[in-house]
Amino acid sequence: MTEPERPPVADWATDFDHTKAAYATRAPEIWDELRGSCPVAHSDRFGGTWLPVRHDDVSTIAKDTDHFSSQGVVVTDWRPDIPKPIGYAPPITSDPPFHKIARQFLLTAFSPKAIAELEQPARVMCNELIDDLLAQQTGTVDAAVQYAQHIPVRVIAAMLGVPEEDGDLFRGFIHRILENPGGVEVAPEDTMDAYLDALIAQRQTEPRDDLITYLTRSTIDGDPLTAAHVRGTCALLLLAGIDTTWSAIGASLWHFAQHPDDRRRWTDDPAVRPFAIEELLRFYAPVTMARLVAEPVEVRGCPMEVDDWVLLPFPAANRDGEAFERADEFVIDRQRNRHLAFGLGIHRCIGSNLARLELTVAVEEWLRRIPHFELADPEQVRWSTGQIRGPRELPVRIVATSDTAA
Amino acid sequence: MKVRFDRELCQGHNRCYILAPELFDTDDEGYAVLRVEGNVPPDLEEKARLAADNCPEFAIEIEDDATDG
Ligand code: HEM
Ligand code: SF4
Repeated sequence: MTEPERPPVADWATDFDHTKAAYATRAPEIWDELRGSCPVAHSDRFGGTWLPVRHDDVSTIAKDTDHFSSQGVVVTDWRPDIPKPIGYAPPITSDPPFHKIARQFLLTAFSPKAIAELEQPARVMCNELIDDLLAQQTGTVDAAVQYAQHIPVRVIAAMLGVPEEDGDLFRGFIHRILENPGGVEVAPEDTMDAYLDALIAQRQTEPRDDLITYLTRSTIDGDPLTAAHVRGTCALLLLAGIDTTWSAIGASLWHFAQHPDDRRRWTDDPAVRPFAIEELLRFYAPVTMARLVAEPVEVRGCPMEVDDWVLLPFPAANRDGEAFERADEFVIDRQRNRHLAFGLGIHRCIGSNLARLELTVAVEEWLRRIPHFELADPEQVRWSTGQIRGPRELPVRIVATSDTAA
Repeated sequence: MKVRFDRELCQGHNRCYILAPELFDTDDEGYAVLRVEGNVPPDLEEKARLAADNCPEFAIEIEDDATDG
């Protein structure tokens, strides 16, 4: 990790830096200020970066794949070297026309009906995690580290077909990749790539009912995917599916810890839950994507040059008063909610049905078993920095469980 | 009331399928499929409006009857 030192931000309209802790903790206020004063902010950092914060600008850019390329979706000081239209991790880094090919064969595995089958196992798993938390009997637990974090890892491991007994090994890989990328030297035979290659080879000879088998049987123009492609897709699903969902679950619990009325409404009125889930996704949308300008273009009078970065802060769009009534309020039963938490246009999150299921089950089981809890110490909550925003440390005090509640 | 659904705009967010499963199904890839032809039964009109108002891609439109009072 050799990121250059970057000075503190002097002015969010002309020098913003979305990787700063100050942005992580007060992003919604910054978006509000900018929306009023400078709806397309600019910074010279990262070789030139734009930050549009209005719903309609974010939508226009997300849909305009001619002027804005997905070749790079995470802002860095350098520019990606894997050429368009495929990019490093198809389909998220791909542009038309290749994008559609790379996306198509994944859709069936993530369709709502395919995903619905995972509900029961997810419920069992959340309850196991809660059993462990409560067995600890300390009263204070970390809802991000001990609960939210584990859910997407276990779900995707089960979907891919990682054997249960390899669970610890697999979580070790994920931890290394997400928490400490490039931080430790690892022998080639101990990498996740090597592990996945072995698993892929095994599924080719002994197919099972899992996602790796499904991928080994998928074809592009009649040809099976190469092992490298299958492995790359597995890696993308891990990277795109884990800290995003972890963030959404953590932020939702952060919310419920502080809002007893919303906890009560959730518990007493199951019909409100689908609306509450979409409102949690709107209000705490964890994902900001980026694009690279592919052809010179103007947005709201701002001249964007080739290879400038453009951030797509879906969370900022979700709080735009032009697009939502009472945009800055959390309205648990909001009926009209065209939020962009999963993006829009051709890159709509493939995992959206899965993420929604995980978030619903995680919140449902937590609130059923732990109907009363609060932040142990608001000062100790730590939010992630960068493009995926959510609590990474979330100590909460358990006040009542379903066993102790009347 | 009639519902118009534009398959070209649909990106498979499935908000419609969650809110109004009586009116929208999904295909194998998760794109929406409109289940009603012609008029929406009156008891489903509110659900049709909900689906239209929550589709992030503006793929669903409601056509109110002129005579609808
Ligand atoms: C709450 C959790 C999640 C959020 C908020 C989220 C958000 C997003 C967003 C905003 C995009 C659009 C990217 C862009 O426009 O460049 C995206 C794409 C994607 N997501 Fe998610 N995601 C979540 C969970 C998941 C899960 C669980 C998976 C899979 C296991 C997943 C897999 C993907 C993939 C493969 C893409 C690329 C789609 C494409 O480029 O065609 N995501 N996600
Ligand atoms: S909500 Fe809109 S985009 Fe999503 S499936 Fe329904 S019609 Fe398609």
